[in-house]
Amino acid sequence: MALEVQIVKRLRDFELDASFSAGDAPLSILGPSGAGKTMLLRCIAGIERPDRGRIALDGTVLFDAERHIDIPPRRRRTGMLFQHYALFPHRTVGENIAFGLRDLPREERGRRVAALAGRTHVTGLEQCYPRELSGGEQQRVALARALAIEPKALLLDEPLSALDTHLRGQVEAQLQETFASYRRPVLLVTHNIEEAYRLGGELLVLSRGRVAAFGAKEEIFRRPPSVEVARLTGCKNISRARAISPGMVEALDWGCRLRVAQEMARPATFAGIRAHHIDFVESSSDAGGKENISPCWLVRSSETPFRITLYLRLHQPPDSSGEHHLQAEVSKEKWQLFRDRPFPWHVRLSPDSIFLLPE
Amino acid sequence: MASMDWSPLWISLATSAVATAITLAAGLAAAAWRERRTGPLMVLMDGIFLLPLVLPPTVVGFFLLLLFGRNGPLGKLLLLAGATVVFSWPATVIAAAVVAFPLMYVTARAALEQVDTHILQAARTLGASEWRVFREVALPLAWPGVLAGAVLSFARALGEFGATLMLAGNIPGKTATIPIAIYFAVEADDIPRALVWCFVDVAISLGLLGGLYYWTRAMSSGAARWARR
Repeated sequence: MALEVQIVKRLRDFELDASFSAGDAPLSILGPSGAGKTMLLRCIAGIERPDRGRIALDGTVLFDAERHIDIPPRRRRTGMLFQHYALFPHRTVGENIAFGLRDLPREERGRRVAALAGRTHVTGLEQCYPRELSGGEQQRVALARALAIEPKALLLDEPLSALDTHLRGQVEAQLQETFASYRRPVLLVTHNIEEAYRLGGELLVLSRGRVAAFGAKEEIFRRPPSVEVARLTGCKNISRARAISPGMVEALDWGCRLRVAQEMARPATFAGIRAHHIDFVESSSDAGGKENISPCWLVRSSETPFRITLYLRLHQPPDSSGEHHLQAEVSKEKWQLFRDRPFPWHVRLSPDSIFLLPE
Repeated sequence: MASMDWSPLWISLATSAVATAITLAAGLAAAAWRERRTGPLMVLMDGIFLLPLVLPPTVVGFFLLLLFGRNGPLGKLLLLAGATVVFSWPATVIAAAVVAFPLMYVTARAALEQVDTHILQAARTLGASEWRVFREVALPLAWPGVLAGAVLSFARALGEFGATLMLAGNIPGKTATIPIAIYFAVEADDIPRALVWCFVDVAISLGLLGGLYYWTRAMSSGAARWARR
């Protein structure tokens, strides 16, 4: 049960060049809009044709440019969930789900549709037309329709992006439930970092058509392999850096020396720290000594209901440029503890949280 | 007026109906065939498909005469099978179908292009053959537009005069359609007869428009609740 992909396709602005494989664990494909994520899924489904390469699913070759193999989408058995669901508007929910089951006898087909409707929680809606359903219901019908053909792989294109925020959690839980019972490759395309992390076991970061990172999600988030991946996985603080001695770097953009825990395989040229890993400490004489502690001033802040993002300037008060060095994210409760303190505040960049990046 | 010959009405209706049926099939086939193709050759094809719309009907009729005449390529072929087309009832159908074809082609193509390609692709990933995708997904979704094209084609076929006269002539009871009956009535100074046929034409046209109106209203109410946005 594995999907192997190794394809090259010329797109308008860049070349999609991706090689990876997916097993039974869901694979999240993360990347900014226009990185080629959807095109990748479409190539696997057979809707688009790569220029070069090979695609194999369960040992069956779906596409091989050199051997001139290009199985048409109708014979690939890939369950594709389109971003806007692409339900048949002139067919009822029941008929939509049954579309891929035409070859079955009527009774068997009816049983399957009922089972699929139950599994995706749309029972009772079989006689409705898609436009009478809510976004979440449409999404579930599209999923049931894709699952009906017992696909050998599931391809989900931004499955949650068209839903209202309050629906997402619910739909996400159902997707996870589906993944758990469906032990086959699942590819899930998203531009939402948290979604990619929550739903995927493995992670593939795609940037301008290239695989920028591929592997276990925890590892990629903890130690991004490049500045690009650090940014794409949501890291806000990245500084040019220079190694001084083993375990010490100078962060050039932040104007400070930092002790780091990570060993450097290659000469590090950048150092990064995630916004929620920045600690605020009482003063420079806190436990842990003066190491990695810098004075800072608040440039501006931005609030969400439970958290606050602070834009900080290190070593000196903000000037008219409004430039900041660090972006820190803390809970409101924590913020209450130091918001009234006089400047400068003090931030500590824990050695364990700092990661070093090659170019 | 006592000797009113009603045959032009039946000839006109039969000609238009058969011509519309042919146009519907040919226009749909051409539109579906053309839809997924690009290139300079296709632009040329478009030009050929649309030519009858822009050429004067007499020119179309003359070309058809050359094609189906005794010495024309198709005429010779038909003669081998023992059939002559020129100045027969099928000639009225051919003339009307050719002249109405571009309207059907253009509307059918526009209607098919309107269909969301993602929906067609979804059908393909669900195992549907190209024929099934067309018949069960593309065509039903494009149907309102296709039907509008058929109505336009019928109206155009009903009004066809120039090409019909060139290819089918004016044989009462055989090829004389309403427009031709009007022309020859006026030429023979039989104004009352011409007027009667004019009113018949107006009645048919109004009936057509009325039918279209009620049909579109039915479309937007319960009959096709899926089609509403």
